[in-house]
Amino acid sequence: MPPRRGFVTDKKIDPKSLLRLLKYVFKKYKFQLVIVAICIMISSVASVIAATFMQRLIDEVILPGIDSGMSAVGNDLMKIIKTMASIYLMGLLANTLYNQIMAFVGQGTIKSLRDDMFDNMETLPIRYFDTHAHGEIMSTYTNDVDTLRMLVGQSIPSLFQSVLSLSVVVITMLNYSIWLTIVVFIVIFTMTKITGKFGGRSARFMVDQQSSLAKEEGFVEEMMEGMKVVKVFTHEEEAKKDFDILNEKLYNDTRQANENANALMPILANIGNIAYVVLAIIGGLLVVTKTPNLSLRGINTVSIGVIVSFLSLSRSLSMTVSQMSQQVSTVAMALAGSDRVFALIDEKSEEDEGYVTLVRANIDDEGNITETDEYTGKWAWKHYHAQSDHSTTYVELKGDIQMVDVDFAYNPDKQVLYDISLYAHPGQKIAFVGATGAGKTTITNLINRFYDIPDGKIRYDGININKIKKPDLRRSLGMVLQDVNLFTGTVMDNIRYGKLDATDEECIEAAKLANADDFITRLPDGYNTMLTNNGAQLSQGQRQLLSIARAAVANPPVMILDEATSSIDTRTEALVQKGMDNLMKGRTVFVIAHRLSTVRNSDAIMVLDHGHIIERGTHDQLLDMKGTYYQLYTGAFELE
Amino acid sequence: MNVIKLLAKEIGEYKKDTIMTPLFMIGEVAMECMIPAIMAILIDHMYTESITMVMKYGAILIVLAIISLYCGASSARAGARAGAGFAKNLRKDLFYHVQEFSFKDIDDFSSSSLVTRLTSDVSSVQNAFMMIIRMAVRAPLMVIFSVIMAVRINSEMALIFFAIIPVLGLGLFTIFRVAHPIFRRIFKKYDALNNSVQENVSGIRVVKSFVRENYEIEKFNKASEDVRSNFVKAERIVALNNPLMMACMYTAMLLVSYIGARMIVESGATSLTTGELSSLTSYGIQILSSLMMLSMVFMMITFSAEAANRIGEVILRESSLTSPENGLTEVKDGSIKFDNVTFKYNAKSKRRALAEINLDIKSGQTIGIIGGTGTGKTTLIQLIPRLYDVTEGTLYVGGEDVRKYDLDALRNEVAVVLQKNVLFAGTIKDNLRWGNKEASDEEIERVCKLAQADEFIQQFPDKYDTMISQGGTNVSGGQKQRLCIARALLKKPKVLILDDSTSAVDTKTDALIRKAFKQEIPDTTKIIIAQRVASVEDADQIIVMDGGKIVEHGNHEELMKLNGIYAEIYNTQVKGKEED
Repeated sequence: MPPRRGFVTDKKIDPKSLLRLLKYVFKKYKFQLVIVAICIMISSVASVIAATFMQRLIDEVILPGIDSGMSAVGNDLMKIIKTMASIYLMGLLANTLYNQIMAFVGQGTIKSLRDDMFDNMETLPIRYFDTHAHGEIMSTYTNDVDTLRMLVGQSIPSLFQSVLSLSVVVITMLNYSIWLTIVVFIVIFTMTKITGKFGGRSARFMVDQQSSLAKEEGFVEEMMEGMKVVKVFTHEEEAKKDFDILNEKLYNDTRQANENANALMPILANIGNIAYVVLAIIGGLLVVTKTPNLSLRGINTVSIGVIVSFLSLSRSLSMTVSQMSQQVSTVAMALAGSDRVFALIDEKSEEDEGYVTLVRANIDDEGNITETDEYTGKWAWKHYHAQSDHSTTYVELKGDIQMVDVDFAYNPDKQVLYDISLYAHPGQKIAFVGATGAGKTTITNLINRFYDIPDGKIRYDGININKIKKPDLRRSLGMVLQDVNLFTGTVMDNIRYGKLDATDEECIEAAKLANADDFITRLPDGYNTMLTNNGAQLSQGQRQLLSIARAAVANPPVMILDEATSSIDTRTEALVQKGMDNLMKGRTVFVIAHRLSTVRNSDAIMVLDHGHIIERGTHDQLLDMKGTYYQLYTGAFELE
Repeated sequence: MNVIKLLAKEIGEYKKDTIMTPLFMIGEVAMECMIPAIMAILIDHMYTESITMVMKYGAILIVLAIISLYCGASSARAGARAGAGFAKNLRKDLFYHVQEFSFKDIDDFSSSSLVTRLTSDVSSVQNAFMMIIRMAVRAPLMVIFSVIMAVRINSEMALIFFAIIPVLGLGLFTIFRVAHPIFRRIFKKYDALNNSVQENVSGIRVVKSFVRENYEIEKFNKASEDVRSNFVKAERIVALNNPLMMACMYTAMLLVSYIGARMIVESGATSLTTGELSSLTSYGIQILSSLMMLSMVFMMITFSAEAANRIGEVILRESSLTSPENGLTEVKDGSIKFDNVTFKYNAKSKRRALAEINLDIKSGQTIGIIGGTGTGKTTLIQLIPRLYDVTEGTLYVGGEDVRKYDLDALRNEVAVVLQKNVLFAGTIKDNLRWGNKEASDEEIERVCKLAQADEFIQQFPDKYDTMISQGGTNVSGGQKQRLCIARALLKKPKVLILDDSTSAVDTKTDALIRKAFKQEIPDTTKIIIAQRVASVEDADQIIVMDGGKIVEHGNHEELMKLNGIYAEIYNTQVKGKEED
């Protein structure tokens, strides 16, 4: 197998993927996003106007009212209140609307990202799964998608709103006084620097924290899986010691990440407060000294009302900056996340240039094949000759497999198979024997095209397998693997996985054939017992029996059994063998097995060594040869 | 309630930080509440155009801001320390506690569920803890301080807030009540979704060989749509928090402005000043937004309650099997005696995994155990190092009841090579030293030769320093088994148990291992469970198990004469070979 890639966390972050994410969202929700943008604008404008409300109230109602009495300003008061109420209402409606839309857009985006990831993942070549840590793929689905949800649903709208309010506030400020605005800019600059420092440190420690967390959890997982071994070896104290080291590191990273993140808010808020005082004093001095004020409206003198509203603007400004600072770590994490999400979506699919398909067929007495929709028990390869005469020929599916001089390497620098040639007639049983790493499983991986080799070296019923569509090819091959994977669902569902439209009776029949019926009926709910966690409640042997039943119900003409009975005790295996013999009748079968008793009755046995077939023949022929197989059989040579 | 007490213990040495966090927070909140009041005074002085007063209150404000900054930063620091420390203690205690679990406890929880409890559940509780010591303190304090300040400014005006608070509170509570069950449902569906990804990643060969890609995609899309639609529903409800809050705030603002303006004008700015009016509105905003924060904290805590309960289950679980006080530390010899032993995995269940076992093994004997899957072989041998306790009867090792021994002492003398064995990430040497920390390189090599492992280890480029990956996936099944045997041998036990530990080893090596045992460790009692008759053929005693009982017992010749199960297995396995 090719080597596994480890966890890659410190990859360079590329803002391009963020842009791509934005495009992705925009393409799908153009209309909604336009409305959201408008709503956000309305709501920011409303909130800025609301900030100047108090000043208008003071300047237009209260101050004149103190002089002229309530009756004189009563109408103005009502007018201002009414105006404000309608502005508030608009802001409120806009806010409600965009929050509702964003819930929809955010979740919708996440769903389609998830679906795209999964859709593409299903098309990826086996090589991808061999070379990527499964934990890494999983974390893309969970952690990375989650950070994107936060980004799309919360951070982006909130940043957009902040930027808008910020610009509205700044324009309003410039309108009041340029001098004071310059002071505010200095303050904002300081705040940004501080955010960069603390936020950056916090983001860095967050990343460290994630990796120590992953390490610690990895250790916990390993120890929990191996808990019984720990107990048997009274290794508890050592395990605790190792755990403490990891736990301490995690504590340090968590503490520092949070210290920086938590401190940001009070620091920024109080810088805002200090700025407030500075502005008040400078403003006061401007008023007292009657210094000419420069504003967008020209040169004038500063009124108290202007200073007061400027102060309240500066408060809302510093609050906005503080709010923006809270998004720093989310954005940083989402950037890294979107990189990984798009990497999975972009990962190159398994190539398939095949065009020969598998169809149901009617075969008459003279051997003429016609295509049919009905189940006839007969299948044919439908071969359309695009390059020659555009004719379509049908070849009966028999299960005749031929390999000629096949060489193969997972990595270019390490060849795994050399000159493998073999010919399996329909109905024959071909066995592979050899040490681990000799290349047995690799051969079967080439037959079902989990891995591809250059043209023409493997032929199926005389057809070059590279011309056969992968799904059709695989449908004609049944696989039972040593490591059994079951899916969440009932026992019945798991057997039916082999043939989705199988009736209950067919499934039970298959289970009986595999000798699995006996243990299934003894389960608490029989065939309706729910299996979870890859069938953890079953023994390894029982899971292998289920996997044989699953292949049996699929009823394929060719079967590949890769150590399919390795965990079944010999007595049960003898029973299964009978079922298996029935199952194999009339089929081409490739068997990989450790136990020589399993392969003994094969039509041909290939002995593999370091990628070469070193001996081939029937059991008797091989014994007569007195070579490696003979030694294996008599126990003079060891297999691993 | 109990769980909260349990979790509170985990604060441990971070008690000071845990207390300091809210204390500093009080300071910060007090400052935050005073600052608007001072600001109001400052504004009032602006109107009187008294620059010295502005300077004076400005100076006060700066001092307050610095205090607030100091308190805020200190609280942040203490909070981070307390939160991280709490999580550290919790993780440690859980991990340590689980180390004390017996096999039965591990079976009851299942290792995958223990993993969840020690990882994501802890994170969830940790987040809730941080929330509690920071936000859950801050928000009510903010409400209290702001109310006090508002009342002090003008108690009649403050009534407006008192009228609005229950409306907001009720609204938030209703939203929470509606959203909470939806969120709970979502978490379940979300787990199922991730589970389906997990299954596809690890079972991709099955998916592809049955050409079920489209079927799986369809299944996944359905599940993800299910998650999406529920999530949208929940989020839309929660998104109402904001407008509700805004509506309350705006109503309060308008009422305060209207009534306040009238009051100022009518009283000629005596019962209320303009500065006071504007600070009243700030307090209003603070009260209402703190309430909203409180509702969010409440929601977070509720979500983590389930995780806390699951953690509580682990902490409260007393190991079902404990070492006796002042237990025997010396195991005299490797003799074993089963005296009418019966065993059930679950006290309530009717099924007896072992029934009426009587067996007398002399020190240094070799015992072969044979029988189909599920007949009780593994159960039988697991009683010897007291991995489980007998239900009835007595089990003696070295002439003493196993329950009288100190557990570690017993287990150090009874080495088991488990059927489901595990190697750990680390070098071969690291793994072997599990058997004996202080073992010398020579000793390690010696036991590996005994276990017929030395030869293949020498062929690795790094020999004994070869790295083993997690779970031992980079060595073959047969190699792994031999490494596990070597690891057990390093303990120099008085009893060595091999539970189907040579199944992936070829017959010849198997025979060599057994030969080496006979010659090199003659005084060690050896118990061998095997599927191959050849592995037990020459044992001193062979027992055949079926349905939790010993059905045949004797040596090879006796059992062959009996012509029962043993003879049948022997014939299928051995004679079958000879016929060829």
